[in-house]
Order: sequence, then C-alpha cells, then structure tokens
Amino acid sequence: MRIGVITFPGSLDERDAQRAIRLAGAEPVALWHGDHDIQNVDAIVLPGGFSYGDYLRAGSIASHAPIMAEVIDAANKGVPVLGICNGFQMLAEARLLPGAHTRNAHQHFIRRDQRLRVENNTTVWTSNFEQGAEIIIPLKNADGRYIADAETIKRIEGNGQVTFRYVGLNPNESMNDIAGVSNERGNVVGLMPHPEHAVEPGFGPNTAVAMRSGLDGLKFFTSVIQNTLLANA
Amino acid sequence: MPIIVVEVMPKAEILDPQGKAVAGALTRLGYTQFSAVRMGKRFELTVEGPVTAETLAAAKVIADEILSNAVIEDVVSVTELGA
Repeated sequence: MRIGVITFPGSLDERDAQRAIRLAGAEPVALWHGDHDIQNVDAIVLPGGFSYGDYLRAGSIASHAPIMAEVIDAANKGVPVLGICNGFQMLAEARLLPGAHTRNAHQHFIRRDQRLRVENNTTVWTSNFEQGAEIIIPLKNADGRYIADAETIKRIEGNGQVTFRYVGLNPNESMNDIAGVSNERGNVVGLMPHPEHAVEPGFGPNTAVAMRSGLDGLKFFTSVIQNTLLANA
Repeated sequence: MPIIVVEVMPKAEILDPQGKAVAGALTRLGYTQFSAVRMGKRFELTVEGPVTAETLAAAKVIADEILSNAVIEDVVSVTELGA
C-alpha cells in the first residue's frame, strides 16, 4: 500500500503526513507539484501549508499545478484523495469538493486542539471511526471559514457529504459548523484540522486523559489502508 | 502596451472581515460618514499587441475561471484601461 504526499511550493506538513502514513502501516511516496506523475500510488494526500503564499486565494494557484491534472483524473476514477487544511482549500478550488474558504470571521490565525464530530463514517478516509464519534484534531489556519451557497449546503447535508463538524466551538464561523466534506462518491475528503498531527504519543493534541496524547488522526490513514486492501483482495 | 483591468468583489451576501476591520478603523479615526467598507481585488493584465474581441474574451474566461471563485466572489468588470 503506497500513499503519495504532494509537495507544493509553501507546503509545510508533508513530512508529518508521510510520517503519519508510515505509523499507520503504509509506505509514503513523495510526489512533486511540478511533475505530471503520481507514481501509481494507491491514495493521495494534499498536505497543509501555504502554497504559493496563498496569493489570489488560499489553494487556488496550487489547484492549477501540473500534478493536479493527474490528481483530478485519479479522484474521478475513485482513487482516495485527502486534503488537509491548504489541501482542502486546493480540492475546493479544483472543484473536486463543494464550497470554498474565506478569511476566518475574527480575522486571526487560530491554533487549537479542536473537538470534531464524525458525521459520516462511510467514506474511505473515515470508516474506522464510529459514526458520531467525537475526536480531537489540531487545527491551525487563517482562511478556514467554510462557505457555500444555500442550495449547496442543503444538498451536501442531504447527501451526507458533511464529514466532520466542529463541536464545542466553531473556530471561524464556518457555515453549519462544517469542518470537513467529501465528494458524493466518498473517495475525496477535505478538512481544515490536521489529522497528521494526532498520530504519535507525546506529539498529539491534549486530551482529557493526558497532555499530547491524542491519536485520533491515525484512523484516517488506517481507514484508507484497510479499504484499499479490501478493494484489492 | 495596453492593459485589461479585471475587478473582483466578494459576494454581497458573504461576510468580508477585511472590509469590516477597515470600516472599524475609519470609525475610530472619526470618519463616521462611511458606514461600511468592502474590499475587493483589481488585476491588471498587460496585453501583447492590440486588444481584440478575442483578447477580451480570453480575459473574461481568466476572470471567471482563475482570478475569481464564483462560490464567494463576483467579477464586477473586465475592461481595457483608458478605452
């Protein structure tokens, strides 16, 4: 099982994503934004960061990077794609996911250990969670406010495409407390919080049990590994 | 060389926190006659050769597909500077 992680100019968390993939039991493959090659990987992660300085709009220039042609093609064929933070913004800009992101309503960069509810555990990236489970995933962004028109919100709520919702505190006035969404097929998922930062004891978010003990992010990667093994069995 | 100007604004119904922050500063500075500020973007596209109908059409495609995101923004105008 090989999972590609694409580095864009200004990506920050690709090493963390690679480490999370390794800890979950798969082989990370470093992919480069300027290549037209996804090296036949089984799944793709678009990591967090500030690609192209977030010029124009967060994720917009990266969504037109050379490798995105192959990512869009693979996503449309059912290859699992996960967009984390800036990666989520890229997937929305590439129209693989509905909606868009704007500046946080309070105008500030925010970093916190964020409580989320798993709203749909039938996607390839969330199947190892219990439906309705509450998890803690670190969040850090300035342009994380999820927005879509009323019709789109109604459609994605009806389809179960709202994958994660903020619980306790909505950090940026995202519509309907939406933290993450999927495409209709459930192979493409994007979320603003960073699951790759909650995979290793001592380095994860604080939980009620102990400081830096949160490991909820691992299940994103174990889910996609399990689903890929099942699909190939 | 001729320049095509593209103006993009956040949709009216969408909160514009940057404009709101500027409006707050203006009020603090005593410019109370301005009740709201909305911040948009202006792009200047330098054109190789004369501006033709095709150039303008291409600029409109760029404006709609790349320079703006229809979920959150409107293209207000695509015009040749000084034309």
